[in-house]
Order: sequence, then structure tokens, then C-alpha cells
Amino acid sequence: MHELSIATSILDAVEREGKLHPEASFKAVGLRIGEVSGVDIDSLTFGWEAITKDTEWESLKLVIESVPRKNRCTQCGNEFAVRDYEIECPACHSLATVNLSGDELDIAYIEAEELEGAEA
Amino acid sequence: MSRVVVEKKVLNENQILAEQLRERYRQNDVFCLNIISSPGSGKTSLLERTLERFPKDTRVAVLTGDIQTENDAIRLARAGFPVKQITTGGTCHLDARMIEKHLVGWDLGALDFLLVENVGNLVCPSSYDLGEHAKVVVLSVTEGDDKPLKYPSIFFKAELAVINKIDLLPYVPFDMAKARENIQKVHPGAEIIEVSCTTGAGLDQWLNWLEARREKAIGAPVR
Ligand SMILES: [Zn+2]
Repeated sequence: MHELSIATSILDAVEREGKLHPEASFKAVGLRIGEVSGVDIDSLTFGWEAITKDTEWESLKLVIESVPRKNRCTQCGNEFAVRDYEIECPACHSLATVNLSGDELDIAYIEAEELEGAEA
Repeated sequence: MSRVVVEKKVLNENQILAEQLRERYRQNDVFCLNIISSPGSGKTSLLERTLERFPKDTRVAVLTGDIQTENDAIRLARAGFPVKQITTGGTCHLDARMIEKHLVGWDLGALDFLLVENVGNLVCPSSYDLGEHAKVVVLSVTEGDDKPLKYPSIFFKAELAVINKIDLLPYVPFDMAKARENIQKVHPGAEIIEVSCTTGAGLDQWLNWLEARREKAIGAPVR
């Protein structure tokens, strides 16, 4: 279970961004998590709730986009989403494909609301 | 409502440290391998056999991760090469900072190989870049041929899968063809080496892989 350390890393990043944008009130953090990243989304959400409880970040939501695995066909160059470990190229039926992505563990954005009276 | 575009890896801090380690390995021509497996797959035995077979003047050092104990380091130190234990105190994976901390006192310029034995766990270590040149996953035939599908992340990232304990194949319901097929489904093109640390089968192939992979990474053979 490393989702707790991952939740902590997200919180560290949020706190750093918070210092850069003191005029903003953060509402949500957008994450992109690949389906073969090895990160369990339920455990991550649970860990996030645990570490933000009773803190100023308690209401900050995680918005998680699960990114499917993608392969590229080495024969025809087609890029396709891999479902159920079906690595055959849907365009030319070649099995000669290589992994392209699917292990993402990224913070994409933070959604913020300007605090009242803080407009420059 | 506005969006602050961040576009960062969640493990950004780890990534920065990992890149620094990679640069140090590059400057010193050290080949670093991150070896990952579940507990009991025989990762330590594989390392023991590997160190025993290395010529005595091989410039190799080992970092071995464990949640609690120093047992692995004691076992590995018998071969006479420098070994340090990284006791994580509960953490289920090694991260780049732990590596950096434990490299203190070692002269990287005096090494050709740095072998990192990660904590016994198939999931968590796969998320943390340690600055290594390659990840290797060790799977034993007692674990089941569907393991690559149950734990895809490490098989997705590992260049090489070492299938260990093949001397036990007659006694377990492990289908080697199925296991190989499952590894290829998760990681088309991944290399696979079958070994037995008991009989020594496949160990030469593994040692040859190590040497060839180092040469590919460094661009020159061991001095
Ligand atoms: Zn194709």
C-alpha cells in the first residue's frame, strides 16, 4: 500500500501551489492515473481523505481521470487503447505492438476560486 | 472558477532526485539495476548466486531494501562485495532519497555495477524511479502464471522478467507457456530468462544479460 505516500506527495504539491497562489482558494485537484500505474484509485481516495481530514484541505476534492493503456503497432503505426490485454493492432491485426502509455501518475490541474476582494 | 494548469508528475520530487542519481551513474559509468519481486520469490537467492559467480575483482555493490530486518545484507555480504541494507521502517518500497542517502561513503567511480534489491512487493516499488538503467522483475513458479495480469504495473515497466525456481516446475501447476504469454500481453517484447538458483540452470544466461545490458547502457565493456 503506497497510496498513502502518493496522497502525501499530492498534498505537498498542493501546498507548494498554494504558496504560489495565495489569492486563490483551491476546490479540486485533477489527476491522471494510468491503468497500469499500479495505483489503486479507491485506496488513493481513502488515503487522501485520511490525510486531509480536519485540515484546511478537507474540502479539496480529487478528480481522477483513469487513463487506459495505449500501444503502438510497429507494422502500421496505429495507436490504440488496449482492453483486456488485447495487444493485437485493430487496424492491421499485427501482434507486433509496443507499449506507449498507461503508467501515468500526473497532477494535471488545480481548480481554484478567487477569494473575494483579492482581485488585483 | 479557474484552472491552474500544473502538469507535473505526482512523484515529482522523487523524479528530480532519480534524475540526479541517473546523472551520477552516467558520470561514473555505473550500471544500476532495480530488482523487484514479491516476498519469497527468491530475489535474495538470485543475488547470492550472482555475486558468487562474479569474479572476485568485479566492481559491484549491492543495496538491499527490507521493511524491518538486516538479514538479506548479512546473507549477501558473504560474497565479499560491499553491501548496504536499507531498512525502510514500514515503507513498502524504496525511493530515490533512500538510495541517495545510502550511497554516501561509496565511491561510485570504483563501481561498474550497482544492484538494488527492492523491498519484497510487486506493486509499490513500480511507481518509484530510483535512477536505475533498468527494472527487472523476479517471478517464481510457485506464484502462479497469472501474476503478470494480476500485477501488470511492474511487468509493464520491467525490461526483463526472471522466472525463478524452475526446478520446482514438476511439482507446481505453473504453465510456463501461459506465463510467457501473459508477460508479453502486458509488455510486448519484454525479455524473459528462466532460472533455478538451486540447480544453477539459466544463471549463465542471466549473467550474460547483465553484462550485455551494462555494455548497452554505458557504451563500453567492463574495464
Ligand atoms: Zn497495425
